[in-house]
Amino acid sequence: MNRNLILGALLTSVFLLSALVSFVWTPFSHTAMDIPNKLQGVGGAHLLGTDHFGRDILSMIMVGARTSIAVALVAVGIGMGLGVPLGLWAAAKRGSLVDEIIMRGNDLVFAFPSLVIAILITAIFGASAINAIIAIGIFNIPVFARITRGAALSLWEREFILAARVAGKSAARISVEHILPNVTNLLIVQGTIQFSLGILAEAGLSYVGLGAQPPTPSWGRMLADAQTMVSIAPHMALVPGFAIILTVLGLNLMGDGLRDALDPRLRVTRK
Amino acid sequence: MICTPTFGLMIRYLLKRLLSLCISLAVASLVIFTVIEIAPGDPASFMLGMNAQPETLAALRSELGLDVSKPARYLAWVGGLLQGDFGTSYTYRTPVSDMIAARLWVSMPLALYALGLSTLIAFPAGIYAAARRGKAGDVGVMGATQLGVAVPNFWFAMILVLIFAINLRWFAAGGFVGWEQGVLTGLHALTLPAIALALPQAAILARVMRSALLDVLGEDYMRTARAKGLTERQALWRHGLRNALIPVLTIIGLQFSFLLAGSIIIEQVFYLPGLGRLVFQSISARDLIVVESVVMLLVFSVILVNFLVDLAYAAVDPRLRARA
Repeated sequence: MNRNLILGALLTSVFLLSALVSFVWTPFSHTAMDIPNKLQGVGGAHLLGTDHFGRDILSMIMVGARTSIAVALVAVGIGMGLGVPLGLWAAAKRGSLVDEIIMRGNDLVFAFPSLVIAILITAIFGASAINAIIAIGIFNIPVFARITRGAALSLWEREFILAARVAGKSAARISVEHILPNVTNLLIVQGTIQFSLGILAEAGLSYVGLGAQPPTPSWGRMLADAQTMVSIAPHMALVPGFAIILTVLGLNLMGDGLRDALDPRLRVTRK
Repeated sequence: MICTPTFGLMIRYLLKRLLSLCISLAVASLVIFTVIEIAPGDPASFMLGMNAQPETLAALRSELGLDVSKPARYLAWVGGLLQGDFGTSYTYRTPVSDMIAARLWVSMPLALYALGLSTLIAFPAGIYAAARRGKAGDVGVMGATQLGVAVPNFWFAMILVLIFAINLRWFAAGGFVGWEQGVLTGLHALTLPAIALALPQAAILARVMRSALLDVLGEDYMRTARAKGLTERQALWRHGLRNALIPVLTIIGLQFSFLLAGSIIIEQVFYLPGLGRLVFQSISARDLIVVESVVMLLVFSVILVNFLVDLAYAAVDPRLRARA
């Protein structure tokens, strides 16, 4: 069996479950301050300790997972929703002006790192989690457009597509009915990777104050709070850091595992 | 020599790339200008406050060049950029180019330092893993890179501060004394931030290096090299590495822009007076002309580096020139 896939799926489920459970139960309220019990270490009544306001860190991690998932998932949705149709269109019109415009547009968007987009949006509308979603989502569009186009281009040369063209199907119908199902595996794998990149990006944006704002809990903001406390309460930085690392690691392992599981041909060429 | 067909092809390729570089920059500047234009509020009334006299307001507006039409302002902005004039800061009333230049002396060396470190770590790691593919050494390196990719660089920076600045006291926890104190002092202050930036990038680069080498190892000329009696290691060093460098070069080029953007976040951890702090201060002061200029500079550097990588690519691999 595929070890990467199992380990990755396991880590990812822990992350998803803790977000889901947080809707109905957390060990403590994630906003309740308890100053007498501030900066408690790991272990004890508060399993992962408390922060400088005495808030329970485990509860904040659980609720923060929701923010990470929401931002990264919607950003992947934006990237796929716009990028995949663009990629299919470019491939269907390969070599034409439309193809050229879409690809040059891709290059242009690639020149704007999501941090730069976030800076621009924040300068105008102020900081919020929505900005983070838009910034990461825009950055995802060319990623999906490019891999969709690349995979679709080689499919257009295949005989079953030729058969469909002979049967009189339009390029649009062929793209949806024959090309799209054949690139789905690739999109699932890339989606997993962009999801993990989205979690890293969200944490970074929230850390510098361009993402989720109080009272929305977020792992990046927890790290920003931890920064001034790091010498007296290292666990405030370590716990959210490990949460991010394990989640991203889990998603990446799952992506690798899925790629091997969904496309046996790759297993041979990668060795 | 100079009039060979190859040379003509090279010139045509160069011109084509140059044209597309100009178009990219023009469109990018238009996008940034338009987005900033959407921002609510008038900089002149923001600078003078609520009780400003209409005459003073009008005078300031014309001084800042705000009283002309939008297309005219765009052209004036781009014209200024081409001459290195980024306009005047709304809050500090100093030339934006001076403010940016001062900050670039922190951000640029930091990004270059990190790029150097990342290459220095990634090349040996990637080559080692490829040479020992499938064995324990490969699995170990790949496991480490898998972890490296998952670590947020700003968190890693905090951990470095905790260990090397607070506990061991080898480095200052933050701040930057400036290059006047000597190059070594400056580099010392940038070492922890550079390591924090470099490590996750090194993990990506090592993976690219390994897979590029593995791709090359299957090529016919590698079989030929082995057939003529070279050992596996000799074949790898003499023939494999040079060919594998092409994809690696692309990633290094891409990484430079990520490092420059990434340094914006890392500067927050170490309280470095770089572009990042400038841009965040400007956002909170609503000094949009500074934000606009820094963003344009970052995007410009990404486009320019990609252009240079394309050229380097074509210089290394003549097949690409022909295809273009």
